[in-house]
Amino acid sequence: MSTTDDNTNDVSPEEAEETTEETPEESSQPDYDSSGDEEECHCSGPGLPILFFIIGFVAMLIFGWFIFPEFLYCKIKQPIDFNHVLHMEEVDKGCESCHFFREDGTFAGVPKNAQCIKCHAEVQGDDPDELEFVEKYISNGVEVPWLSYSRQPDCVFFSHAAHVKLANMDCAECHGPMGESTSLKVYEKNWLSQYSRDIWGKSVLNMLNMKQHTWERMKMYDCAVCHMEKTGRETSVQTAKDGCFVCHK
Amino acid sequence: MKLDRRSFIAFGVGASAGVAVTPIPWKLMDDLSIWTQNWAWTPVPPDGEASYETSVCTLCPGGCGITVRKIDDRVVKIEGADGNPINDGGICVLGLSGPQLLYGPTRITSPMKKIKGELKPISWDQALSELAKKLGNMREDGKAGSLACISGSDQGTVPEIFARFLKAFGSQNFICEQSSADTYKITNQKMQGAYAAPEFDFANADYVLSFGSGLLDGWGSPVRMFQANSSWQNNNTTVVQVEPRLSNTAAKADQWIPIKPGSEADLALGMAHVIIKKSLYNNAAISRTTDFNAFKSLVLGKSLDEVQNVTGIEKKVIEKLAKDFINPKKRSVAVAGKGQGTTPGSIREIMAVQALNALAGSINRKGGVFTSRSADYINWPAIVMDRIATDGIRKKRIDEAGTGKFLGSRHLLNRLPKVINAAKGSPVEVMFIYGANPCYSMAGSKAVNKAIEKIPFVVSFSSYLDETAKKADLVLPNHTNLERYEDVYATSGINKAVIGLSRPVVQPLLNTMHSGDVIIKLANKIGGSVAKAFPWKSYKACLKQTLGNSWNPLMKNGFKTVVSSPVHSGRFNFAPLVKYSNSVVKAEGKGGENVTLILKDSIRLTNGYIGSTPYMMKTVSDKVLKTDKKKKMFYSRIEINPDTAKGLKLADGRYATITTSKGSAKVMVTCDEGIMPGVAALSRGLGHTAYDGYLKDKGVNVNNLIGPVEDPVTGLDAAWGIMAKLTRA
Repeated sequence: MSTTDDNTNDVSPEEAEETTEETPEESSQPDYDSSGDEEECHCSGPGLPILFFIIGFVAMLIFGWFIFPEFLYCKIKQPIDFNHVLHMEEVDKGCESCHFFREDGTFAGVPKNAQCIKCHAEVQGDDPDELEFVEKYISNGVEVPWLSYSRQPDCVFFSHAAHVKLANMDCAECHGPMGESTSLKVYEKNWLSQYSRDIWGKSVLNMLNMKQHTWERMKMYDCAVCHMEKTGRETSVQTAKDGCFVCHK
Repeated sequence: MKLDRRSFIAFGVGASAGVAVTPIPWKLMDDLSIWTQNWAWTPVPPDGEASYETSVCTLCPGGCGITVRKIDDRVVKIEGADGNPINDGGICVLGLSGPQLLYGPTRITSPMKKIKGELKPISWDQALSELAKKLGNMREDGKAGSLACISGSDQGTVPEIFARFLKAFGSQNFICEQSSADTYKITNQKMQGAYAAPEFDFANADYVLSFGSGLLDGWGSPVRMFQANSSWQNNNTTVVQVEPRLSNTAAKADQWIPIKPGSEADLALGMAHVIIKKSLYNNAAISRTTDFNAFKSLVLGKSLDEVQNVTGIEKKVIEKLAKDFINPKKRSVAVAGKGQGTTPGSIREIMAVQALNALAGSINRKGGVFTSRSADYINWPAIVMDRIATDGIRKKRIDEAGTGKFLGSRHLLNRLPKVINAAKGSPVEVMFIYGANPCYSMAGSKAVNKAIEKIPFVVSFSSYLDETAKKADLVLPNHTNLERYEDVYATSGINKAVIGLSRPVVQPLLNTMHSGDVIIKLANKIGGSVAKAFPWKSYKACLKQTLGNSWNPLMKNGFKTVVSSPVHSGRFNFAPLVKYSNSVVKAEGKGGENVTLILKDSIRLTNGYIGSTPYMMKTVSDKVLKTDKKKKMFYSRIEINPDTAKGLKLADGRYATITTSKGSAKVMVTCDEGIMPGVAALSRGLGHTAYDGYLKDKGVNVNNLIGPVEDPVTGLDAAWGIMAKLTRA
């Protein structure tokens, strides 16, 4: 820094002198000449601003695409770990064994202690998470505060029955291969909206609507695309008459 | 290479251009928009399994069936139960805001004991042991008779348990709050020989004449009455409301006849004059009555001019009203009991109105008024009393009900403050208060509060920290209506009796206990014959045994209809009315007053044990309660006629001071053509000094301004108003 400062100091008096000397002569000259001289004197070359432009541009690209998404989310560990694979082996109805539909057609979502207690009234095996689950939650009658990766904002109405029962969609189409996981991934919560990162999607490419899998992002656009494809209509459900109120009740 | 100004700007422009093609602005914009749609601090009820539970509302004596919607274990909504004979799917503003009473902050969280003037939480064991010890000592000292209990009701098993405890303990002082239904019971006892509540068959009536009863302002079973009103509209039933002000009931009636307050009995007798003079009465019905001639002489002895003077209603209006009422082609019924009927009222007035029903042949007739059977399903074994109890019970009741002058009355709670305040020491050593908030809801609050303070030991069973619980020495909080079992016997305003079963829809949220269980435990701790009077393990066991075969249908449907009407009653006797024809109840006044203050009831405000909910307070009009935002004060609005306002140099929105012999308050004036000149009306249900910010310190409690007036015959509170001085503030 000191070197740059020194250089600047060295140059400055000369420039100042030249400017002072030229001022009376140039007073009658048009302004554009004066500014032209000034540019010549100040510039270390035409490439430098371009270089700094590129530096700024690239820096922000890197920050915006790779660092910013990391800052936007806080990472929260699930209260205890869960092995989907292990449980899938034990049940015979697949996902719906635990993530079931109630009698009235509503979707129960994340299982509660009532579904687990049958097998977990006592500790199974020696896994520390299992021990914590039974001692901390089951024994005390406290529900596990699971963090839901797929919970849509409160302004969105979503019916599982309509999608799973009527449209015969597979769970994985929206939720991904959760059933194949042996451990729960870290939950990432958006600082601003307070919702899960899974709604927006993990990959930065999602910004460009370049999803590799259907479940990678569940924004309104994704609902619309799927509805257009499935219904064969050119307009999405959202743009149909009263379409907004299908999901935003 | 140096970073000069140009390079710096270039860097900035580059960075800006770079930002524009990154997710930063677009993602932030998107997140912000989601954030604005879903404020994180807005409470969102947790998702869960929806279920419905059937129960019966016990927040008022109406006995409506309710369906409680729950999400997992949380109550989220209360709706009227379809198919219930009382309310058939309907619900009132109090009933539907029940969740606020369950989850609200005014609930008492655990038993509490007053230590150094402050209520401090204690354990149930400590509370019951200390109380049992205190009561045991009282019995040993021969003071069993100085235990008393104020109960909000004498219907159902819980009040019966309290009454039974007092009797087994050795006290007669189970004193129940009384209403116009009780004056009706005494009237029916005297005129028909049956101590029975009235059952009005409004659904089958063609002509309803109401003497100030707020049929659509919370009278009887409020939801039932709203449904009756719908049927009146459909059936072209004529409804006539006789009342000093244009209440909601009057506004919805076919005809509103303004009357000088307190002269309703005179109008009824004036109508009888017209009917008898022109021989319009139902001959067949009158032939089955006693002492008609004496009644005839009584009513004919007073000219219509006199009636016009007293009531302020023109002669021709009285004549037309009498002819319309007595129309033989119509089933007419007359009803009395002012406002919601919570004040017992004058027996002369109710007798006069019953006499009109007798003239029209409407007693125990379809579309008329029946004498209903009282609840007869509570058949417990007789109490085997020990010597202490036998001695204690010989002491006369503190309120002197059922003795001497007040032979016909069973409870005279209104006399209690006077008796306690007049005595040298307190005649009551220990007072139980169940389902009542006398410090707020009884007329003459000042005297009531003084009396309660004078009692050495007050035990409150309230679920809420109300005015009376705040004064108690021991608080034993009851479960709320959504957490407990209770039987409800309802008859008012329907032509059949209905037993309802209120049952817990959620597990008790706080450290509370069913008052029935508290009394059973207490009796067991006292031991001896007191314990033997309660052979049940718990209140639930007691209730199940009491209801017997009805238990299962009640658990299934929530209600059981008892077709009971009419109970046998004797010939209608006019003699008591003739005897008490001079027992006029006048408004108290010292002279020099300029208005008659009357009270107005509204379905939007409660005025008894249960305080109005926050939701109800939101529905109260600015014409009833006005906020002074600058001073952060809430003023009750006093309703007066514009002519009255002019005379008193008042105007709408002006502040005024209302002063009576009992107290004084600052109020704001509402000018309304719908009230008679010379009359001022204040809403009941305001001016609480307990509960939360929604209810506390809002307006004036009219019970501070009005005192009880004993009916000369029954001794019950018959105050319908008070003379007052209204001046500019």
